[in-house]
Amino acid sequence: MRAVARIVAEADGRGGTRLAVLRGESPLLPRRTGGRGGGGVTVHLVGGAAGPLRGDDLRVEVAVGAGARLTVRSVAAQLVLPGRAGLPASRLDIRAEVAGTLCWLPEPLIAAAGCDHVTNTRVDIAEGGVVLWREDLVCGRHAEPSGTVRLSTTIRYAGSTLYRHDLSVGPDGRSAAVLGDFRALGALIAVPGLAEGFAPTDRAAVMPLAGPGVLATAVGEDIREVRAVLDPLRAAERPDDARAADRPANATAAERPADARAAERQAETATCG
Amino acid sequence: MSLATLLVLADGRLPAGGHAHSGGLEAQVAAGRVGDLDDLAGFLRGKLRTSGLVAAAFAAAACRRPGEWAALDDGIDARTPSPALRKASRAQGRALLRAGRAMWPLPSVGREAHQPTALGILARAGGLGPGEAAVAAAHGVITGAASAAVRLLGLDPYAVHGLIARLAPDCDRIATEAARRADEPVDDLPAAGAPLLDIGAEHHATWEVRLFAS
Repeated sequence: MRAVARIVAEADGRGGTRLAVLRGESPLLPRRTGGRGGGGVTVHLVGGAAGPLRGDDLRVEVAVGAGARLTVRSVAAQLVLPGRAGLPASRLDIRAEVAGTLCWLPEPLIAAAGCDHVTNTRVDIAEGGVVLWREDLVCGRHAEPSGTVRLSTTIRYAGSTLYRHDLSVGPDGRSAAVLGDFRALGALIAVPGLAEGFAPTDRAAVMPLAGPGVLATAVGEDIREVRAVLDPLRAAERPDDARAADRPANATAAERPADARAAERQAETATCG
Repeated sequence: MSLATLLVLADGRLPAGGHAHSGGLEAQVAAGRVGDLDDLAGFLRGKLRTSGLVAAAFAAAACRRPGEWAALDDGIDARTPSPALRKASRAQGRALLRAGRAMWPLPSVGREAHQPTALGILARAGGLGPGEAAVAAAHGVITGAASAAVRLLGLDPYAVHGLIARLAPDCDRIATEAARRADEPVDDLPAAGAPLLDIGAEHHATWEVRLFAS
């Protein structure tokens, strides 16, 4: 199955955001959700078919113009399934160009046993752009071995590469250098930074990147553990607040809201509208 | 290419401060994820195919592409989200260049180089090629952590060296792949990440008492 979805958000000239393009085809169906308050627009990706399955070739293109605020979520986890043997790996290409504010907060990707999948992400952020980019991965459904997934992520800011990260998981070769026995991993890249951080534990850390941005990453036995750590984190409001990212250790773990649901509501009220 | 020169570059006794670093092992031992020789084998294999591949590719590229060292260092920065690991890599690069200056005439490098860049610079100065730079990098990635394992876990040094010998073919394979890709644009060079190494390095850096610098 081949499909392309395209979402273009622009400033409407009255302090709000309008969707200049909202187009997709099964299984990638973007739908506008939520109200018009707060100056931002929310789009949910609705899965119009099972998968991705081997042989699928999917592409999501997102553009957020200066002054526009877009949040993209998905209604359900992306369950990557094996599909027919002999076909090439399923592939999802994500391309984002951001001059305004983009919060990319999809549900996790679940690598079902036997799957073979590649996600290739490239985000280009113009100077002054604000991005919150979330990638969650679950290695296998309950009590099954992980399928094969390669995630390749490139995030560029003002023409320079800020973050370049590939991750491969599969049924074999568990390593205490990579994921150990953990089955869930979450990463949140925030440009220019996060409103607050937390002190590192042996399962999670907030890391100021060499360029203007922060990576928060967490591992867990399951995705709930990861969400409890990452969901409460919010983007710094403006580029001027980037220096907040230099002092993530000031906030202790105890200051984090324990209830992920409450945190999610909190997140809704932040930069992501 | 001089085989003896390669041995000089890859020698664990090279006074470049490598013994002060556990390659992320100390943090994983403390977290209870590495306790015996099998765990260590898994740790080293994972490290080799992630940060080992990246280090080998950047060492090979630095050896092949003099003039692009600053861009390669930026590429390593983009692949090293952990500030503790960036700091450790720069410190090891600085120590390596210092040792290298006593060994061969080194060109001026500019700002502090990351460890893989410095290794590539030394390999080039010693008359070695990208393939040799890559194998020295991959070898250093596993032997550094393996010798730390002997100190951290009290493992039998013979058994640990047996493991290093078994990993030698993996080292060669990783180095070959790294050298093959040494001409690619910086963004396309290997970027295999290891989340537990990043998290562990950040956590480790907050400890008051530790045996190794990283």
